[in-house]
Amino acid sequence: MRADQILHPTPQGLYCPPGDFHIDPTRPVARALITHGHADHARAGHGSVLATQQTLDIMAIRYGEDFAGQVQPADGPIRIGDVTVSFHPAGHILGSAQIAVTPDHGPKIVVSGDYSRTPSPTCAPFEPVPCDVFVTEATFGLPVFKHPDPAVEMARLLASMTEFPERPHLIGAYSLGKAQRVIALARAAGIDAPIAIHGAMQRLCDYHIEQGIDLGPLIPATADQVPAQLVIAPQSAFSTAWVQRFRDPVIGFASGWMAVRARARQNGVELPLVISDHVDWPQVTQTIRDLFPAEVWITHGTEDGLLRWCELNGFPARPLRLVGYEDEPE
Amino acid sequence: MKPFATLLERLAFTPARNAKLRLLRHYLDSTPDPDRGYALAALTGDLKLRSVTPSLLRGLVAERVDAQLFTLSYDFVGDLAETIALIWDSEADEDIPLHQAVDLLQSTGKSGLPAAITALLDRLGASQRLAFLKLATGNMRVGLSARMARMALADMGGPPVAEIEEIWHGLTPPYQPLFDWIAGGARPENAAKAPFRPVMLSTPTDLDQLRALDPTEHIAEWKWDGIRVLAINDGGIRRLYSRTGEDISTAFPDLIEALNFDGTVDGELLVRRGAEIASFNDLQQRLNRKTVSRAMLASHPAGLRVYDLMIWQGRDLRDLPLSARRALLDAADFGSDRIDASPVLDFTTWDDLAALRASPPNPVIEGVMIKRRDSAYVAGRPRGPWFKWKRDPMVVDAVLLYAQRGHGKRSGFYSDFTFGLWDGADLVTVGKAYFGFTDEELRQLDRFVRQNTTDRFGPVRAVKPELVLEVAFEGLNASSRHKSGVAMRFPRISRIRWDKPAAEADRLETLKAMIG
Repeated sequence: MRADQILHPTPQGLYCPPGDFHIDPTRPVARALITHGHADHARAGHGSVLATQQTLDIMAIRYGEDFAGQVQPADGPIRIGDVTVSFHPAGHILGSAQIAVTPDHGPKIVVSGDYSRTPSPTCAPFEPVPCDVFVTEATFGLPVFKHPDPAVEMARLLASMTEFPERPHLIGAYSLGKAQRVIALARAAGIDAPIAIHGAMQRLCDYHIEQGIDLGPLIPATADQVPAQLVIAPQSAFSTAWVQRFRDPVIGFASGWMAVRARARQNGVELPLVISDHVDWPQVTQTIRDLFPAEVWITHGTEDGLLRWCELNGFPARPLRLVGYEDEPE
Repeated sequence: MKPFATLLERLAFTPARNAKLRLLRHYLDSTPDPDRGYALAALTGDLKLRSVTPSLLRGLVAERVDAQLFTLSYDFVGDLAETIALIWDSEADEDIPLHQAVDLLQSTGKSGLPAAITALLDRLGASQRLAFLKLATGNMRVGLSARMARMALADMGGPPVAEIEEIWHGLTPPYQPLFDWIAGGARPENAAKAPFRPVMLSTPTDLDQLRALDPTEHIAEWKWDGIRVLAINDGGIRRLYSRTGEDISTAFPDLIEALNFDGTVDGELLVRRGAEIASFNDLQQRLNRKTVSRAMLASHPAGLRVYDLMIWQGRDLRDLPLSARRALLDAADFGSDRIDASPVLDFTTWDDLAALRASPPNPVIEGVMIKRRDSAYVAGRPRGPWFKWKRDPMVVDAVLLYAQRGHGKRSGFYSDFTFGLWDGADLVTVGKAYFGFTDEELRQLDRFVRQNTTDRFGPVRAVKPELVLEVAFEGLNASSRHKSGVAMRFPRISRIRWDKPAAEADRLETLKAMIG
């Protein structure tokens, strides 16, 4: 069987005919395999969902217990139709996985989902899985994206908190994954004081703590007076009246996009923190070199840059041009 | 250079003036000489370096990066120096002192420059590469004026800003004597001729406050609507400074040529055609120009109306009472018909002065100045000896059209308001205001914006055209840059007209008729 007979893009997302399932479908389907819990990959309403236990838990938190007809936690190789699938850590967020699809005859395909090779205290590290076809994201698929060491970015946050001790620091971070990564990094950087969190991320933070991730003392950022200098909130909260309770705040934003000044300016950010849960350019190109696949498929992002690199470096590559995924959910 | 790179980045993203000042002061406090002096000069545009062209930089990066990848990246990032800083493939992150980078850009010959820049970029991390490239292309864009830089110096705990301004123009980077002085050493001798002297400023007043004062102890004069300047001829060296200490001599060669006296005088820069004083709008045509055309010099001749003598014919008069300085001013010969003394007004009671203020003989008068006869000329804005009593502002009732979220203390509040007037059946925007209201009114305006949003553009919201704002402003200029054809000076929201229907707001014709 050829690779594109095993997996090919459809309007619903990547489809596997011999297994009759979709991976990260953007619309409801009969059977979905889901790489991770971000909303553009994990949607409610599928007939059945196969994902890591943590991804299933996260979907239940976000959508309610009845988010799918049936659920099955991924544990070891699983036979579906004429293929075998297995889940491997992607290093992106808690529960995130790559999905390997192995046919009885034909090329092995690894769908990485979103992934990162920067170690994170919030999830298992990326596991390289040898394959014939590597399906990669290209969120940061341009050579200008070289994420700095997160500890360096944390040092910048600490420097600002010291320089402006009277000003609360409000850091925008996506509620699932990024928020907990930022909190864990802040703890590693030596911030022991309570960190205030916006109500929208309370349950997801609780879940991380249940899963054994140490986030230290957290307090809700809902009172009129929030007794914390560091506050984490989804960026959308900054345009609501919620932010008016803070006096002269320093508005920060934790995202890989903050490496580009124009992006930071468009967001009205005073303290851009380049903290990402996606591979940067050196990581994505190194991963392709390490895996040395016969073919590279690129799902979404700035694929033109990565396509050009594959061409220059002799890797056959093609864009899947999947629609419905955000650049980097923030 | 790491601290300098950090400073540049923080300044670029920090909107509030006080926060910028604090960042700069901390940098100056913690950075050794000569780097802090070079940084200061780079920020204020006083550092003269060999300028590196964009095409040179493009050439360097073309040797390192695939052209197609570079083009894709540049399209995404949008700034050449930033793209190169980010894409440059070097793992190094040395901390090179700023003065080494400055030295490289000052002393490297043209032919050696590309190789020298490449070698330096290879040793730096991304944020330092960006700082270096911004330095090399002379394009800092961090929103820091020379005036603010001097205020940060004054915040270091040494001499006050007025004293720093007085010696500033005699200093050159990296300002070692200045930093020594701030640290408690000797005041640097100002070797330069025609130095800036800090001007004396006034505080606002009104009739009620004036009634508490004795009119016989004060003189009054017109407040002219031009630009307050310091004009100097010091042993043949001629200079024109703005009141914040910027040297604006090159924009006004005609007035410089007319400074045929020996002294330092405080006055109002105006466009004058013979006896006629032209409007501020005319003066604005002459501002911010590097070169002035002959036609402009003929059609918009610059002149000066003198308020005070600071130094005259070798004597520093600043400690004398105003009455004594004024006697010398009235007797002074300025050696040019472009320059004269601002006349003293004849009044006995404050009501006399109120009547004069109410009907000034010239539209370029924007109120009256009241000064104690016994006042010495002191730097800054002391409360008491000098007052300004400005004419009443013009007002117009406009309709709120757009609101933008503020920063810092106004984070989360829609606090910048764009308003419009009726032009036929349409509302056209005529200006933007972000102060004039109380904190409570800001909360009310914010609530109105949130409840009446019709569209969103990033941090800006369009609102239903229903709320009328009384906008006060100091003057109007014709403007080709604004769709409405007019630009307001100093607009602020003087009242929120919750009671007034939008249909009864003013029309654009009404506003245009106010152009003086």
